[in-house]
Amino acid sequence: MKIGAPREIYGGENRVAMTPDSALQLQKLGHSCVIEAGAGQKAGFSDAAYLKAGVEIANTAADLFAAADVVVKVRGPEASEVEMLRSGQTLISFFWPAQNAELLEAAKARGATVVAMDMVPRISRAQKMDALSSMANIAGYRAVIEAGNNFGRFFTGQVTAAGKVPPAKVLIVGAGVAGLAAIGTSTSLGAITLAFDVRPEVAEQIESMGAEFVYLDFAENAQDGAATGGYAAPSSPEFREAQLKKFRELAPDIDIVITTALIPGRPAPKLWTADMVQMMKPGSVIVDLAAERGGNCDLTVPDEKIVTENGVTIVGYTDFPSRMAAQASTLYSTNIRHMLTDLTPKKDGVIFHNMEDDVIRGATVVHDNAITFPPPPPKVAAIAAQKPKEKAKELTPEEKRAAETAAFKTQTRNQVAMLVIGGGLILLAGLFAPASFMSHFIVFVLSVYVGVQVIWNVSHSLHTPLMAVTNAISSIIILGALMQIGSGSFLVIVLAALSVFMAGINIFGGFMVTRRMLAMFQKS
Amino acid sequence: MEFGFTTAAYVVAAVLFIQSLGGLSGQESAKRAVWYGIAGMALAVAATLAGPGAGLWWLSAVLIIGGGAIGWVVAQRVQMTEMPQLVAAMHSLVGLAAVFIGFNTHIELVRVAGMDEAAKAALEGFAAVVAHKTPVEISILRVETFLGVFIGAVTFTGSVIAFGKLAGKVDGKAKKLPGGHLLNAGAALISVLLLLVYLQTGSTLALLVMTLAALFIGYHLIMGIGGADMPVVVSMLNSYSGWAAAAIGFSLSNDLLIVVGALVGSSGAILSYIMCKAMNRSFVSVILGGFGGTTGPAMEVTGEQIAIDADGVAAALNDADSVIIIPGYGMAVAQAQQSVSELTRKLRAKGKNVRFAIHPVAGRLPGHMNVLLAEAKVPYDIVLEMDEINEDFPNTDVAIVIGSNDIVNPAAQEDPNSPIAGMPVLECWKAKQVFVSKRGQGTGYSGIENPLFYKENTRMFYGDAKKSIDALLPMID
Repeated sequence: MKIGAPREIYGGENRVAMTPDSALQLQKLGHSCVIEAGAGQKAGFSDAAYLKAGVEIANTAADLFAAADVVVKVRGPEASEVEMLRSGQTLISFFWPAQNAELLEAAKARGATVVAMDMVPRISRAQKMDALSSMANIAGYRAVIEAGNNFGRFFTGQVTAAGKVPPAKVLIVGAGVAGLAAIGTSTSLGAITLAFDVRPEVAEQIESMGAEFVYLDFAENAQDGAATGGYAAPSSPEFREAQLKKFRELAPDIDIVITTALIPGRPAPKLWTADMVQMMKPGSVIVDLAAERGGNCDLTVPDEKIVTENGVTIVGYTDFPSRMAAQASTLYSTNIRHMLTDLTPKKDGVIFHNMEDDVIRGATVVHDNAITFPPPPPKVAAIAAQKPKEKAKELTPEEKRAAETAAFKTQTRNQVAMLVIGGGLILLAGLFAPASFMSHFIVFVLSVYVGVQVIWNVSHSLHTPLMAVTNAISSIIILGALMQIGSGSFLVIVLAALSVFMAGINIFGGFMVTRRMLAMFQKS
Repeated sequence: MEFGFTTAAYVVAAVLFIQSLGGLSGQESAKRAVWYGIAGMALAVAATLAGPGAGLWWLSAVLIIGGGAIGWVVAQRVQMTEMPQLVAAMHSLVGLAAVFIGFNTHIELVRVAGMDEAAKAALEGFAAVVAHKTPVEISILRVETFLGVFIGAVTFTGSVIAFGKLAGKVDGKAKKLPGGHLLNAGAALISVLLLLVYLQTGSTLALLVMTLAALFIGYHLIMGIGGADMPVVVSMLNSYSGWAAAAIGFSLSNDLLIVVGALVGSSGAILSYIMCKAMNRSFVSVILGGFGGTTGPAMEVTGEQIAIDADGVAAALNDADSVIIIPGYGMAVAQAQQSVSELTRKLRAKGKNVRFAIHPVAGRLPGHMNVLLAEAKVPYDIVLEMDEINEDFPNTDVAIVIGSNDIVNPAAQEDPNSPIAGMPVLECWKAKQVFVSKRGQGTGYSGIENPLFYKENTRMFYGDAKKSIDALLPMID
């Protein structure tokens, strides 16, 4: 099959759906590749680089659509592009089918198959083709860089000869992929990073990235991201109030706010209100990654950067991935390649559109002259349902002391019981056994006791040498044989001699091998 | 007078042996401790040879030297990976010696019993000791002899089978004859009955039949235990060989034998206990073989195992600051310890923090991994045990699992229905990235699916462990 990538015609879109590297990988699957002249220019991939990777160049978009069996794109198709699709052709790109009903109809009318990259189900197996995540990752990174660009101070705190610089305080709202990427970037630049999310289970992820989770003391906040495929669900008005109150507390101290809160299928929730912007220090920056869906901040203007009266910069760009076109194209083209790998199960260059496969079924929105959106729920649950976490209860000093006393009591009871039973048994034995036996028995019991005390202290790493050495000294049994060997009958002598011989092997073998092992242990 | 001297020598020897075991608490003091053991043994043997009751001392000396030479050569030649077999083989020798000595006691007993007073007075050595016993003491002597032979015989066949399994000469899978544990129980019951018969009559036949029954128990018991439970088996046999020595010590009225037997016996018992604890299983369930019943269906494992090649692993290692390596039996099988050591050296030379995490039951012998790594010149201060390192995984960039499976199985913590639920495991999945070096997609010894392999941060590095690590080495720069 021939895979073709046209130039993106959406204004300001710099990305491209195929890179020379991904083209090489696609060819390994048995496909051939074609690209529209100049398609990779803005992302830094020249036509020459594509030629070198064995990609044909088509002069116009029309040529490309005619030549390719599979068209791969970044942005969803424009109406003019849908017009160029033909029956049996496959289009792979972002599509947003819920918002683009007419385009769906148009594609269906053309008889093409459409695979929407934004509809790839969020299951482990499909992560490699999850373009939303890879783009969100870039957006999160770029958001911090963009904020830094507009922020007049250092991120990291410094004490210099020219005075002390306090570290910047960054608040990240929403710890999805973009949020976590922003947290990572921000902490690695040295800023004090706080992060908030309505899903309490992400606290661990936030802390693992080095940020501080902003705890909200709210009883009802047991939202479980698992039910919604890892996204947050809308929260109750009471919860929202508590959340805004917390943000108001924080606002005067925060230098940079990056908001990433999105709820699937709804406008972005308003989390950073105008009065919070008022409270912020002049020079502060707000980067609103939700600007495309209306913005998390009241004052956000999509696609623009504005400065408020009190000197707070609000960045509402919606094209962060496109601003890092080279990186974004590399990652997106890899997502596309993985999608095509799944669509080419035999690696023989033949596309097999398996509608039984959860991932392919979920992402396909038009197929066989029918609209197949929305897909049925996937057979595999996206994320294992969060188990209710048992909180380790913080014990009060009294409780602790009580527990300790109880433990001490049981220990004492056990020990006393053991001693009484053990002692009783020994006394019982003493009633019947003769004195000569008892004197040996005392030795035996004491030795067991000493053995237990000594062996507990042996370090784990020396257990093998311990076995070898105990093995060697257990051949002390040779003493028995030595005592018997001179004792008369021939059979006794033979058996005793054999025992001496075997014990001899054991003594030397055991000690030597122990010595060899111990000599190997070296300190660095 | 002479007797007093021998006893004094025994006391010194006993102290030396205790010192020798106590010294094993640290790597450096252990090097000294082994000499205490050697000195103790030399003193004990010399005192016995020179002391009362011994005859034919030249024959004894020749035999000791002959056996010693064999032992020496074997000890010099044995590969460190073969250590479990060697230890098992040596246990069988102690077991067999105990059986022989027990029989000797019995023979003497019969001989002395048939003598009249004059002949008894003329006896020398061990026979003389026997001759002076009262009837009650004779009964006790019989019980002790009987026990010594029984334990010795179980140790003997058990160790031979364990040796065969560890050396790969006997199929490592758990096998039982039809009838299972009932056969063992039956044999044990017969032994108890025979003990009563023997106590009453002192019949040789009873002793012989019991020996056969004990040999059978040893064989059947160990045949029924699978490969990965071998650490418990070997330490259990170690314990038995000690108890056998102690029982023989009772029958010979020799305190040093009792002391050392008790030391070895308790040492083996503690090791078995530690191993069982590390698998969260009771001693009985290990000995009876197989896993206990599960309470419900195991949690379904979803996702896929994602493979990775050497390039990917090398890149991750080059980027990592902290690495934890988790070796298992697979490393020993592939003889990969030298390659692992080389990898460690290279990574450490680049200033990375490389450590090893050792699960108590990794390998086929307690402490097996430590010895292998020591042989490959991995410094022991970066080889840590489970409790020391488990908390560090979340701060670790890369965890490499080499040939271990059940000891890194998260199902032990996550799935209450798993057969290994509750077993302490190394929490390697908490590291940022986990690479698993493994021969293929199969399950481990226990046949339990390992969800670790399906985790998002896990990559499978398929292939022979040694070849895989060797492929990595040139890429670490």
